[in-house]
Amino acid sequence: MAQVKERQNTAFYVLIAVLVVMAIGPVLLMFVNSFKLDVDITSGATGLIFLPTIQNYETALCDVLPYEIDHLDYCSMKFGGAFINSLIISLISTALTLIIGCMAAYALVRFRFMGRDTVSLSTLMVRMVPPAVLLVPVFGLWNNEFCLDRDGVIGGWIRDTMGGRGDVCLAGTHSGIILIYVAMNLPFVIWILQSFIVQIPRSLEEAARVDGAGPFQVFFKVVLPLIKPGLAAAAIFTFRVAWNEYLLASALSDRDTKTVPILIVNNMSEFNVEWGVIMATGMLLAIPPIIFTLFASRQIITGMTAGAVKG
Amino acid sequence: MSRSLANRATPYLFIAPAAVIMALALLYPLLYMMWGSFRDWDPTQTIGEAEFVGFKNYLTLFADPNFHESFAVTLKFAISVVTIEMVLGVGLALLLDRNLRGMSVLRTLFILPMMIAPVVVGLMWRYMYHPTVGTFNRALDSLGLPTVDWLGQHALLSVIVADIWQWTPFIFILSLAALQSLPRSAIEAARIDGATAWQQIVYIKLPLMMPVLIVTCLLRLIDAFKVLEVILVMTEGGPGLSTEILALRISRTATEFRELGVAAAMSNILLMMLLALTVAMFAFGRIQEARAARVRAAIEQEAG
Repeated sequence: MAQVKERQNTAFYVLIAVLVVMAIGPVLLMFVNSFKLDVDITSGATGLIFLPTIQNYETALCDVLPYEIDHLDYCSMKFGGAFINSLIISLISTALTLIIGCMAAYALVRFRFMGRDTVSLSTLMVRMVPPAVLLVPVFGLWNNEFCLDRDGVIGGWIRDTMGGRGDVCLAGTHSGIILIYVAMNLPFVIWILQSFIVQIPRSLEEAARVDGAGPFQVFFKVVLPLIKPGLAAAAIFTFRVAWNEYLLASALSDRDTKTVPILIVNNMSEFNVEWGVIMATGMLLAIPPIIFTLFASRQIITGMTAGAVKG
Repeated sequence: MSRSLANRATPYLFIAPAAVIMALALLYPLLYMMWGSFRDWDPTQTIGEAEFVGFKNYLTLFADPNFHESFAVTLKFAISVVTIEMVLGVGLALLLDRNLRGMSVLRTLFILPMMIAPVVVGLMWRYMYHPTVGTFNRALDSLGLPTVDWLGQHALLSVIVADIWQWTPFIFILSLAALQSLPRSAIEAARIDGATAWQQIVYIKLPLMMPVLIVTCLLRLIDAFKVLEVILVMTEGGPGLSTEILALRISRTATEFRELGVAAAMSNILLMMLLALTVAMFAFGRIQEARAARVRAAIEQEAG
């Protein structure tokens, strides 16, 4: 298809420019404001004439910075710790979802014990469940049912080594939040990977099997390398959900396992919003997704269109 | 012997972890929620201690004017958001479906709003709508126009605008993908027969895109019922109940009013609504496929 680039008129380019400004304007605004002092943000002096400062970022990250910060006598934002929590939770849940989802997708395609219809229907079903609907049961279950008795062997051991009172429950731990994220993301991942695995010719696997590879070897050495693009798309979507999610994390986390979105919401609901600091935190939360967007937009678009067009 | 057993067990081994996790952390909680919706349940009790009250929670909800309000707000929000986004997204796709240099850069920039955390989107818009320091009022002020109390008097509208900003690109990208996979021959034929650009859109492109558009629309509709964080950060449901959508009301009922039973009943209603939508969407997909298969069979018959 050697099509000639059509010549477009000026109005067309103006439209595109307007769209681009609208799409990234708010993000740029936040970026610029995160380098301003609150005085500069509220003073009404418009625009770009200000002295950029990283003071907001220092305030936000005060609990992990190695040096003393002059403008601050007390470190109230525990953003550094929350950042680490967010990273732990999203990275582990992404890795787990990919491994488990990959295996399930492979089994569903190759051994066909469920029709494709059943899988895509259940994917859709799960996609429709709002996190708000899961809030009540997850709160109840993670606090009361998914517990180890403190008198039991493992529960007793955890209480002895980690301290604390009562039964050992999933709520308030990283693993509790990770579990629900894995469950939420699995159907989508299975479904995306399935569409990639279907395209691998069977003969390729049979050849490997003839050469003496077991089912696990076939999976890891033949199938996995071939579905890398699918894995990339699935990884980005899973990471994004886990990284951005607020509601369930806020119900399940305790003081030590708070993630970044929770911190932002808590600081926003205070009466006097410190705009500079909050924008710096927002910027830090937005950086990983922005990086993904800039470097892997093709995979993102693949994942997005696959989700709807073949729905 | 052991080899063949291993081979036979493999599929189950591969699928077991996923099945266990989904059953434990998704299916069981949903059943638990339905069961809990028949109980008078507060957060200090386990579900076994809570008293069984039959349909009382549902009856409370149906009689509660606040729930009606919240339900109406949810519908208003979802329907207006999806309608406007569909029109804008499809319109832009039709406009920008040309051989453009830098189209991929454009697409990359357009998906940015969708990737950023809803919490951050709410934060940005809350700043821009701020009555004194916000961008919009500053702009109005510098033009000498009276300022507007965006989140106070036009809260729902402001929230809708923010959602449109975030999700129109989704529809744009999907419709663009659909447009670019249309059979070139049909459009070519129409052009040769002298169809104007407008006629091409109305009689050729839109009808051919219809299946994708309907699926996109339903997906967006389902997602619109799930929006929570953006609104939470921007308005916290206020002022009054003017932006308190159902998802937000569920979370407030559970955490602020501490009535887990009622919150569960509300979750159940929301879930059933979305279930109906999803089933409709799936059924539609099947009907489309059946029709396509019939057409294909008819063509083959003619050819043969």
